[in-house]
Amino acid sequence: MNFELSSEQKEIKDLAFKFAKNEMLPHAAHYDEKGELPFDILKKAWELGLVNTCIPVEFGGTGFSTLDSILITESLSYGCLGMNTAIMANDLALLPIVIGGNDEQKKRFLTPFTESYKMAAFCLTEPGNGSDAAGIKTTIKDEGDHYLVNGQKMWITNAGFADLFTVYGTYDSGLKHKGISAIVIEKDTPGIEIGKPEKKMGHSCSDTRSVTFKNVKVPKENLLGKLGDGWKIAMKTLDHSRPMVAASAVGGAQCSFDYAAKYSTERNQFGKPLSGHQGIQFMLAEMAMNIEAARLLVYKSAWLLDQGQKNTQLASSAKAFSADIFMKVATDAVQIYGGYGYSREYPVEKLMRDAKLIQIYEGTSQIQRLVIAKEVISTL
Amino acid sequence: MNIFVCVKQVPDTETKVTPNGDGTFIETNSIKWIMNPYDEFAVEQALLLKAAVAGSTVTVVRVGSVQDTEALRTALAMGADEAVLVESEDNLDSYMIAKSLKGGIEKSGKTPDIIFTGKQAIDDDCLQVPQLLAQMLEMPSVSVVVGFEHADGKVTLKREIEGGATEVYEVSAPVLVACNKGLNTPRYASLPGIMKAKRKPLQQLSLGDVGVSADDRRIKYSNFQLPPEKPPGKKFDAMDEGNQASVVAEVVGLLRNEAKVI
Amino acid sequence: MSKVLVYSEVHGDTVKSVALEILGKLAGQEVDVAVIGDLPEAGVKALAEHGAANIHKISGNGLDNYSAEGYSKALKTLIDKGGYDYVMAGSTSAGKDLMPRLAGMYDAGMASEVTNFTMDGGTFAGTRPLFAGKVLAKVEIDGPKPHFVTVRPNALGMPESATAGAGNVSEESVDVGEIKAAIKEIIKGASEKVDLTEANIIISGGRAMKNAENFKILEECANVIGASVGASRAAVDSGFAAHSMQVGQTGKTVAPSLYIACGISGAIQHLAGMRTSKVIVAINTDPDAPIFTKADYGIVGDLFQIVPLLTEEFKKIM
Repeated sequence: MNFELSSEQKEIKDLAFKFAKNEMLPHAAHYDEKGELPFDILKKAWELGLVNTCIPVEFGGTGFSTLDSILITESLSYGCLGMNTAIMANDLALLPIVIGGNDEQKKRFLTPFTESYKMAAFCLTEPGNGSDAAGIKTTIKDEGDHYLVNGQKMWITNAGFADLFTVYGTYDSGLKHKGISAIVIEKDTPGIEIGKPEKKMGHSCSDTRSVTFKNVKVPKENLLGKLGDGWKIAMKTLDHSRPMVAASAVGGAQCSFDYAAKYSTERNQFGKPLSGHQGIQFMLAEMAMNIEAARLLVYKSAWLLDQGQKNTQLASSAKAFSADIFMKVATDAVQIYGGYGYSREYPVEKLMRDAKLIQIYEGTSQIQRLVIAKEVISTL
Repeated sequence: MNIFVCVKQVPDTETKVTPNGDGTFIETNSIKWIMNPYDEFAVEQALLLKAAVAGSTVTVVRVGSVQDTEALRTALAMGADEAVLVESEDNLDSYMIAKSLKGGIEKSGKTPDIIFTGKQAIDDDCLQVPQLLAQMLEMPSVSVVVGFEHADGKVTLKREIEGGATEVYEVSAPVLVACNKGLNTPRYASLPGIMKAKRKPLQQLSLGDVGVSADDRRIKYSNFQLPPEKPPGKKFDAMDEGNQASVVAEVVGLLRNEAKVI
Repeated sequence: MSKVLVYSEVHGDTVKSVALEILGKLAGQEVDVAVIGDLPEAGVKALAEHGAANIHKISGNGLDNYSAEGYSKALKTLIDKGGYDYVMAGSTSAGKDLMPRLAGMYDAGMASEVTNFTMDGGTFAGTRPLFAGKVLAKVEIDGPKPHFVTVRPNALGMPESATAGAGNVSEESVDVGEIKAAIKEIIKGASEKVDLTEANIIISGGRAMKNAENFKILEECANVIGASVGASRAAVDSGFAAHSMQVGQTGKTVAPSLYIACGISGAIQHLAGMRTSKVIVAINTDPDAPIFTKADYGIVGDLFQIVPLLTEEFKKIM
């Protein structure tokens, strides 16, 4: 048993953290206020190798382990959850290709992402189907020499700027999840309609829209695996992506804590710093222990995957626990700041808004508990 | 061109520094080590020069403990070609460090054309090693450099002095250049750079290998202590426009009559 | 008793005051002073009044402009002749650059930037800040003599009463030979003000200055009280002020007798660079800003309202 990161992992984490602190954090409030994607910052992150960490070495990527990747996600999220969402959405869209694509598809779709900064969008959720992903309505119909895609997707990150869309649909809705298939659609394909940017509570600098596919003809060679492989691909993607999202919660929680802890030593009330009051001490202790527990859970869920072991239960545990404690930590951080915390002049208000989304996307905290329960009960 | 960079590992600027139990040094247990910030400008300038002069190599040299080789690994990941580490404790004095660096440079087997350092290390703040090293190697040095140009084997250097003035130097190699903030914008080590750094040569030497012993110690430190806390000052509320003038008049009066600084 | 040589820089028609501060602390030792170039009568008088026995004016080829090589060779000639135990100088731009090279010529030890020292029994023992002033330590020098010391300007303070020395002036001529790193030209800075590290009064602005233009109100105040203008790292990083104005751990460490911090919250890096100022005045709208814990006089208020009032008030008494 060894809790020490390798020296290389420490360097990766340090680099990402330095980038987050120097390049992201100072601009986070500005882009949050404007609701604009910070392309310069995202491109700079890409130049340093901090984006698309899931791409294997053979296709021009860094070939990082899941643990390496989540160390980056944790650090970048310390800088800005919204910017991290824009970065992480790429992995989410590219992972199905890494997991379910053949070599020709990997070369064709992944390599361009290592040559210049591009965005990708993962399209699963629909207006009528969020948590109940198996009930999706988008259809992928075999038309002989191509597939015809029809349907509408909701809350699609990066949609307005994406070069490719990884889309889930069903070729036969009667088959439920067994009918689900995954297909890659390039942005210039006729029939794609991109909606207006959504106005969100947090993660404001990330781009979120609806995407509608109207009789979109997609080449046959863009289907990942075969018809009906989609569900399996999606589930495997989640095993990778849930630890990532969980790591972003740890980074955000750490940032909230650092602000609150520092503030508590600077602000005096009743003749002594806030940190000298037991009530505040209890809050700080609670925050610190929850963050560390979440971090260990997240690292283990990633490590399991890297060991080739099944991590479904821990990935969901990490995702639910981290998201929930981030919400709690960020709320307490605002509480410690008091009136200032509620003001946009101070950074914790944004963190609290950003935290909420982590309990919702990539499977709500409730869905994670259902997954955990199913895994637990199946072993009885 | 044989380009050398000397780097030091220092506590992060945000680290809380406290004396150790017996006052012989600081508490080093929980310190996060980073490359000395001024040395980042030195590494960057070395890499820029390497890019400009074909066939150049950048060798980075450090004296210090092996426990954590952050500074060297960072320099390699930024793009330096090879590294020399002279292993020692972290509390050598300037003379011992300069002598060790000289030994490390000589053991690298390359004759330096140009050596870059930071203008000072932010731990002991001595500002001695660059000039000492240059003197030991019998080469000129220019310190607090904020401008660097290289053409036809000559370098033109701008050194910042008092009052925002700059001295302009023209020097032929070999020369030692001690870099200041403002000279350039240091690059980040990229992730591919970090991966590549693992395979770059790192020569490890002992103090004995470079001919440095305890007899070379020139400076003895003791009695490390926190600076005395000031008694609490006087605070005046002047948020309200009504009393601002009287508050300001009172403070100016105190500066003149109580503190006697005006 | 030890034999000490103090290297003094000429400043206008006199010497830089740090040399006099050092002389004040050396009462009871045998003290000579070296200057390079000409020294006007006022300078000779000041040095003699503060205890200089012999004042050596060094001149010769290659000494018209400062160079570490030239100046160190020139001083070495004098040190070799005089057999000194200690060589001291202010840690000015030149002192910091020159003294380590000179120490290297003797394989000798040097204590940098001491803020206080004693000469009990003729032996030097100093105090100096390390880690940007976060800790202080006692420093002693070992090994071959002479031993070298640089002293931070304004740290010792001018002696209350001085013991005069003979002040015999002698002229030395040396040829320092070829200088490899020689000054081609000197570009004057935008401000003719005293450098921050030597300034007696500093008025600094932080992020709350909002832009570079607003530094004018600090300049106006500085002009009235003869202060230099500084800036916090936040202000420099935001592009409001030049790097050369930055006070703090990655900027300049200053020790003026009066430091006025305007709209500076007091990050640990900034405090490290100015905490040894004798008197600190802080102006900030946030009553809980950490800068107030270091301030002798804190004004909770808007700097854009307070600073102009301060300027007016200073005008009345200056």
